[in-house]
Order: sequence, then C-alpha cells, then structure tokens
Amino acid sequence: MSTPTQQPTRDPGPGGRGTLATGTTRKGDAVFKGTSTGAGVLILLVLAGVAAFLIGQSIPALTASPEDLPEGQTVTAYVWPLLFGTVLAAIIALLVATPIAVGIGLFISHFAPRRAAQTLGYLVDLLAAVPSIVYGIWGAVVLSAWLVPIYQWLERNAGFLPFFDGPALPSGRTMLTAGLVLAVMILPIITALSRDVFLQTPRLHEEAALALGATRWEMIRYAVIPYGRSGVVSAAMLGLGRALGETMAVALVLSGARIITFDLIGAANPLTIAANIALAFPESSGLTTNTLIASGLALFIITFLVNFAARWIVSRSGAKA
Amino acid sequence: MTTTTGKSPREVLAAVDQPLSKAALPGWTPWALLAASVLVAVAVLLPGGTSIAAVAVLTAIVHLVLTGAVSRAKEGPRKAKDRVVTALVTIAFLLAMVPLVSVVWTVVSNGAARFDATFFTWSMQGVLGEGGGGLHAIWGTILVTLIATLISVPVGLLTAVYLVEYGGKSTLARAITFLVDVMTGIPSIVAGLFVAALFVILVGPGTKLGIMGSIALSVLMIPVVVRSTEEMLKLVPNDLREAAYALGVPKWRTIIKVVLRTSISGIATGITLAVARVAGETAPLLVTVGTTVATNFNPFEGRMATLPVYAYYSYTQPGVPPQPGIDRAWTAALVLIILVMALNLAARMISRFFSPKAGR
Repeated sequence: MSTPTQQPTRDPGPGGRGTLATGTTRKGDAVFKGTSTGAGVLILLVLAGVAAFLIGQSIPALTASPEDLPEGQTVTAYVWPLLFGTVLAAIIALLVATPIAVGIGLFISHFAPRRAAQTLGYLVDLLAAVPSIVYGIWGAVVLSAWLVPIYQWLERNAGFLPFFDGPALPSGRTMLTAGLVLAVMILPIITALSRDVFLQTPRLHEEAALALGATRWEMIRYAVIPYGRSGVVSAAMLGLGRALGETMAVALVLSGARIITFDLIGAANPLTIAANIALAFPESSGLTTNTLIASGLALFIITFLVNFAARWIVSRSGAKA
Repeated sequence: MTTTTGKSPREVLAAVDQPLSKAALPGWTPWALLAASVLVAVAVLLPGGTSIAAVAVLTAIVHLVLTGAVSRAKEGPRKAKDRVVTALVTIAFLLAMVPLVSVVWTVVSNGAARFDATFFTWSMQGVLGEGGGGLHAIWGTILVTLIATLISVPVGLLTAVYLVEYGGKSTLARAITFLVDVMTGIPSIVAGLFVAALFVILVGPGTKLGIMGSIALSVLMIPVVVRSTEEMLKLVPNDLREAAYALGVPKWRTIIKVVLRTSISGIATGITLAVARVAGETAPLLVTVGTTVATNFNPFEGRMATLPVYAYYSYTQPGVPPQPGIDRAWTAALVLIILVMALNLAARMISRFFSPKAGR
C-alpha cells in the first residue's frame, strides 16, 4: 500500500509529488473499505453468536439431572418426539408441495401465454407475502373444516394404512392439516426457484428439440428438466428447511403433544420443535427455558445442515438458484 | 410406428409420404372440452347434492381424461401427452390459487367486522369484551420493524459493497457469501431464541423489550438485504466504474456516487421486500417482545404489542365472551396482510418506475 511507487497516478502516496489525489481520499478509501469489511465480519460474528449463545444457554439443561428438568426426562428424551413431529410435518409438506411447485414453475416458464406469465408469477409470489400467523389462523379455521369430510372418507376407505388409522378428529386440526398448511407456505419458494432454473435453460437446447419435431412436453422432458433437475432438488431442500423451522402455522393448527405416531388424521398429534417453543417459551422459566433453547439448538443444527446441503448442490451443479 | 414388414406398396408409399403437418384439433378444443367436463361434473354430482369443490375436482379429472382421449384419437399419442401435461400444469397453477383466494377472502370477510375507526384509535388498555383496538400493536409493529430496518440496511448494504467491490474471490468473501446463504434459512424462532439467550446474559432472565424484537428481525433481514443488494451491484456495468477511476475519482466516491446511485432503485426494491418479509414475522417477536395492552413507544423499556403477536393472542386467548377477541384477531390479520401487500406493491412500483431504462 505505502511502497514508494513509480506509478503515482495509479496509487498516489499521501503527499506524493505530482499526484492527482490528495491524502484525504486515501484515508476515505481506507475508512470505507474498513467499514464494509467490518460489516461483513459482523455477519460472521452474528452467525457464530447465534450458535454460541444457543449452546451456552443449552448447557445448563444438558448437564442437569433429569429430575430437575420438565417432565423428569433428559433433554434428548424431551426433544426426540418433537424432532419426529418436525420432520414428519416437513416431509408431508415437501411431498405435497414439490410436484405442484414444479408444475407451476413449468406452467409459468413454458406454458402460460408469454404476456400473462409475469402477472401469474406475481400471483404465486403473493402466497409468500401472506404472514405465517394468517396461514395459521386460516389453517385452524378454514382448511381444517374443509378437510374433515376427506379425513372421514380416508378413515373409512384407507384405514388399513397406518397413516389413516383414525378415528378422524372431528375438528380436522391434525398433523396432515398442519403439513398441508406448511405445503402452501413453502410452495411459492420452491416455485420461484424452479421457475428461475427452468427459465435459464439454454434457448438453443429448447429450439433444437422443437426443430427436431418434439412436442412442447417432449422438449421439456429432454431439454428443460435435465437442465433444471439439480436446481429443483436444491429448491425443494430450501423449502424443506423452511418447513422444518415454520412455527406459528403448526402452533395454531395443532393441539399436539410430545408423542410419536404415524396416524396423520387422529386426535393425538406430534408437535414440532418450533411450535413447542412458541407455545411454551412465553411462560417458561429456569431450566425449562434452557431445555427449550436446547431444542431450538437442535432445530438450528438440522436446518443448517439442510440448507448447507441445498447450497452445496447448487454450487456443485453451477446452476444459479 | 410404421415398420415396413409385409406391407402393400400402397402402405409403404403412405409411410414415406408423410405430410409435414398433421391433423390438429382446432384452437378452441380445450375450452370446449372444459365446458363439457363442467357439464358432466354437474350432471353427475347434482342429484346427490354437491359442493363447488367436488364439482371442481371432478371437472379436472373428466377434463384430463377427455383431453387425452380426444387428442389421442385425432392427433396421436404424442400430441395427446402434450395436451394432458398442459392441462396438468394449468391445474397445478389453479390449485395454488385456491389457498390464496381462500386466505384473502376469509381474512377480508372476517376482518371487515372490526375494520373501523375504533380499531385504529384504541389500544386494549382497560378493555374487556367488546370494543378496543389495535393501535398499540400497529405502533409496536411500526417501531420494531423500523428499528430492525435501521440496523439491517447499513450492515447489509456495506456487506454487499464489500462482497462485490472489495472481497473479490478472497476466502473471507466466499465464507460470507456462503454463510449469508445459509443464514437466509435460519428458522425465525431460532433468531428469536438467540436474542432471548443473548439478553438473558446481558440483562437477566425473562427480559422482554422492543429492541430485542428489532435485533431478532434484523438477524432475519440482513441476509435478504445482502443478497438483493449484491445482485443489484453486480448488474452495474464495469465500464461505469472504470470511467470514474479514469477521471481520478477515488474508489469510495465511485462506489457511493456511481455504483450505488446506479443501482439505487434495485436496492430500494430489495430492502422493501425484506421489510415486508419481517413485518409479518410472529415467532421471534413472541419470544422476545411479548405483548401488552397499552401503547409503548420506548423500545428499551418494557414489552410492546405487535400486530402478529396481538393477532395470535387475540385468537388463542380471546377472553370472555370470545367473539370480540376473535373479531379483533381477524382485523389485526387483515391490517397485517394489507401492510405486507402494500410493501410488496411498493417494491414493484419502485423497481418499475425508478429503474434505469437501459435494462439488462
């Protein structure tokens, strides 16, 4: 930086003779670079801080003897059923949302009339603008009421499957409802990302397929989907991360308990980590708080890993998402 | 399809002499089939009493089957598959519109009851049962979100400047890019827990302050601001920077006067969308800010009510009798939706009317 240089016009030293810039600009540069680098480092510190404070506040719960903890269980035993519920709800959401989202992505990128496509895409984006609390109340009041007849039908006709064992809950506020609300919530994310990937398909690939006489579907099947596959996978994983951490929708829809069951339409429903924290944290104190923070740490680690994997897939494939 | 084993010369000729155009259904076919499907669905379901949902589902199924059959008969299997897929993806889109319409309709129709002057002029102080409003919650949401924005924008903006202008391909820059990506996926409740855990150490257990909510929201907001700003800064042509350097403008002035000014509309759009995203967050505020019945303008002292948390508690603990509380919850949800949608709309407006005309 301050080496005596032979190219004063490019990197003028402070007070150097014949330079175009003055000393103050150098200082300004240094200050500006310093602050912007500092902002970047601050983000690293915040992320490290999130991990550090969660771990720090979990330690009392992790080291305490089980008798002092809520419900007299170790933290692992406490978190395990919640973890089950979290993963179950997220998987339901993912299974429902991904095919629909890919369909919508294709519809907007390749099927809809060119002029209307942007507006239609905006409509799907609006789904992401609805706050989670609104989805929660809607799911608890409207969606669950819609689904009751379907659950009763499922219980009668598919009751031999463990998922629809029943008896169907008359209020309809079950695990499957929660999963469907989550599906609605992650739909716009997966749609937006897969739409972008589909739109990035090289135009020449598409035109080559069409020129060979392919129908639109064959063009998509052989040009668009192979190109966008990894993008869709990572979009689905980002959606999964979102579904794992979604709180209020589950907290409002489910009157759950910490149990493990595969019955999706019955009266007893497993709660998720995030919903459990939202329900229990405001009235918690002492070691209960620490236990809840420990469960939050578990959630943090899982979502971190899922997002990490999604980003890794993106960076490996080179597709932008 | 057309193999030439044991065929009459005429058949061979027909196989060779394939026209470039094939029989195609006229353009109005899908609509005609749709109308037919609706008629079939209504005719089947009407005798046994019916609902719109049932008719819609049956229409979709009949439409798919009809389209496939008609097209297969007239145009062959490949075209038929194409048409069925077109119908399928359209159905997927319409399916996604169902919750959107339903949510908006439910919230508007239920929230309209209390969408009155009282709601916007009263807090819940001393209110039991009927009446009362959400003024304290509206102020709380505005304050908490505003402070979160004041924290996030400088940090996010400067980080993006670092990544694009200074970082290059250094290890630090790549680490920040990657972690910002990962940070966008942090569950909102974890951000709330982080701040709660932080303030347990700083102040003491059970603390709930407006500023805690702002910090939690800015943890969620910063990565969004960084990502969108970064994308916008990358769009600024390098020629502009080089022109400024060639005129002897120092780098920091180039960034402020040229790079940021060129991309300001995109940055503003990104920030508005980020604000819209966090304004509706409930979970982190639930664990950091709590709720209260009176208006509180001091983020460093005591709990604050915010719209999402107010809606949550009004719905889950409506009081006796429950109906006024539930009505207030719906109206709070309606106000929240209007707020978030308005922010989204504002973002679109900014990007449409203030962006440089050169395009990408």
